[in-house]
Amino acid sequence: MSSETQKILTTDGIPLEVSLKKAEKKNKIKAFLLVCPLLLFLIITYVFPIGDMLYRSVDDRMVTNMLPKTYKAMEQWDGKDLPEEEVFEAFYLDYKKLVEEKTFGKLATQLNFEKNGFKSILKKLKRKMKKFEEGNYKEQIMGVHKRWANVEYWRALKRRAPSYTYAKYLKGIDMYENEDGNIVQVPEDRRIHKILWLRTLEVALFVTIFCFLMAYPIAHLLATLPMKYSNLLMICVLLPFWTSLLVRTASWMILLQQQGIVNDFFVMIGLVSDDNRPEMMYNKTGTYVAMTQILLPFMVLPLYSVMKTISPSLMRAGKSLGGTPFIAFWKVYFPLTIPGIGAGCLLVFILAIGYYITPALVGGASGTLISNQIAFHMKSTLDWSFASAMGLMLLAGVLAIYWVYNKLVGVDNIKLG
Amino acid sequence: MSKNSEFVKFDKVDKSYDGKVLVVKDLNLDIAEGEFITMLGPSGSGKTTCLMMLAGFETPTNGEIYLDKNPISNIPPHKRGIGMVFQNYALFPHMTVYENLAFPLRVRKISKEDIDKKVDKALSMVSLSGFENRMPGQLSGGQQQRVAVARALVFDPAVVLMDEPLGALDKNLRESMQYEIKHIHESIGVTVVYVTHDQGEALTMSNRIAVFNDGKVQQLSSPDKLYEEPVNSFVAEFIGENNRFSGQVTDVSKDKCKVKLDDGSEILANPITVKSNGEKTIVSLRPERALINTKDKMENNFKGKIEEIIYHGDHTRVRLNLLGNKDFILKVPNSSANMDIKLGNQINVSWNSFDARALDPK
Repeated sequence: MSSETQKILTTDGIPLEVSLKKAEKKNKIKAFLLVCPLLLFLIITYVFPIGDMLYRSVDDRMVTNMLPKTYKAMEQWDGKDLPEEEVFEAFYLDYKKLVEEKTFGKLATQLNFEKNGFKSILKKLKRKMKKFEEGNYKEQIMGVHKRWANVEYWRALKRRAPSYTYAKYLKGIDMYENEDGNIVQVPEDRRIHKILWLRTLEVALFVTIFCFLMAYPIAHLLATLPMKYSNLLMICVLLPFWTSLLVRTASWMILLQQQGIVNDFFVMIGLVSDDNRPEMMYNKTGTYVAMTQILLPFMVLPLYSVMKTISPSLMRAGKSLGGTPFIAFWKVYFPLTIPGIGAGCLLVFILAIGYYITPALVGGASGTLISNQIAFHMKSTLDWSFASAMGLMLLAGVLAIYWVYNKLVGVDNIKLG
Repeated sequence: MSKNSEFVKFDKVDKSYDGKVLVVKDLNLDIAEGEFITMLGPSGSGKTTCLMMLAGFETPTNGEIYLDKNPISNIPPHKRGIGMVFQNYALFPHMTVYENLAFPLRVRKISKEDIDKKVDKALSMVSLSGFENRMPGQLSGGQQQRVAVARALVFDPAVVLMDEPLGALDKNLRESMQYEIKHIHESIGVTVVYVTHDQGEALTMSNRIAVFNDGKVQQLSSPDKLYEEPVNSFVAEFIGENNRFSGQVTDVSKDKCKVKLDDGSEILANPITVKSNGEKTIVSLRPERALINTKDKMENNFKGKIEEIIYHGDHTRVRLNLLGNKDFILKVPNSSANMDIKLGNQINVSWNSFDARALDPK
């Protein structure tokens, strides 16, 4: 009887396989429900905002939605000569509606971004429009101001027709699409973003190097000292973590300013004369000093956790086999700390490249970074789409660095503990 | 004079870490060239400290260590040319087996061909040929151990130190590695200083054993002498199994003494450290030297009650209550003659006075 059925049955008579799946399914649902809140949290606070940012940076529907009739009529226009009467009529109708809704100001601002001089002729048009007669709008509009008869302005208008644009990204690297549709650089005296990007990279790179140079001996000391001393040292390393970032930055301001403690000390020991105090704040020096100090623990901790796992007998073995202390360090100890170096450098570099508060407070004009520019556009010019575009460029840069790092060192080699 | 009997010499060496306690006290030890010497002792007895001083990782607080008649206290470890096998092998995890073995040769600037030859030879010596390109992490514990031994020998050092090298291996592997290391030592004739707390290991491998306790060498002698003729009660206790009777000496002659035990009975013993009447002593007797129901005439004959019987296959361990000692152990060989060993029986136990060694009371 039993030889007919190959399947093993449970005591209830249900096949074991089915019963097992049922039991596992329950567990899977339970496990999923447990991670569900976190998953939702991640989606709401991380995936969704980044998606929104990406969308904002390319979204350009405002002008498109303000002038629906105009853009419909413009579809036939080849852009060579002035458009036909129907385009002028559509534009008149769209603009009239905006004037009635009192939202024409936004249009003027947006179009002025595209081509200087739009704002004034739109205002003039608004004033003259009340007396317009029906029909032959082309003549009437062109009569308002001679720029309305200039085909360049209509081409500028047409450039804003698509709902999506990459213009903000071009602007982020100091480029733009000119009237002929070519991508060119902005005039040399206005290329501020390129400087900021390079400076951000430079600061992040040097801060990472400084942090590494300082953290390596500290971490080594931490890993090799007896427990009672290393605990004290560890507290010293962690103390900045427990202090507010603002307090730490402010204390650097007290130390580094021209009438500050460090300068007073220099004057006291006669290193500099009283009326020739060096500026160590509101420039790159201040940014370097404060950021290095603030980011140091992020380098020390991964290095420490890796060094802690390296048995001291390895160095001894290196020496007993005939290696000088330097060779034993360089051939045996150092290669084993590379995972920690990788983790620490990546962590510090990525934090530094997007650092905001410290450069904003101690950086001055020559020490501000790209993140300060992003904040400036978020808060002052309210050009959120441009801020989003730059934020995404920063994100892309970090991902690119991560990719390069993975190629060179291998992400599997990163060890945080 | 072919071999130097003072190849390694510890001369009045003291070592203290904190300035209060001496970890090693007035150590004098000569190690002959080509000898396999083991430092044996409980943990904290100072044996590893001695090894570390010889390797150069610790400096003697006082005294001097000589290697081939040259004082070495001021020579840094990398210039001593002493090979070392560490407790947890200390193989470089980021290097292949070949690179591990080549490390001591490369730092000595030896040519590539010679390195290849030497590495080949060392690996075949530990029967690991063909493992050159493995990483240490891909090897089993026993294989890692062999690589560590090969690495310590590959640069032809005069002395090789081994710091409990077999501690992390399981029992069977440990035993086979013991023979392997012993054979390597015999075939290349290098001087080996071996540290362990495992007496079995020490007894099988060494030419001589230095038993450490409390920072001092308690006894330095060959394995058989150490077992048969311990000079004090610590060594007797530490090496092998031991039945102890504590008592007072009542009569001493040249090679015999009477000891009055705490329960009032008197036994005859062999005076080793005791000199005069009235001295306190501990009499030590190996379990296999006491016989039951023997027809031979022996000087000590007593009756004891069987408290416990543990079957061990080839022999049976019997715990007796004898002369007030409730932990008197007997090893009875497994033969059909001993059928009356039953729990609660009274049996006759005899031994010669020569085997009962009257030692210091400690």
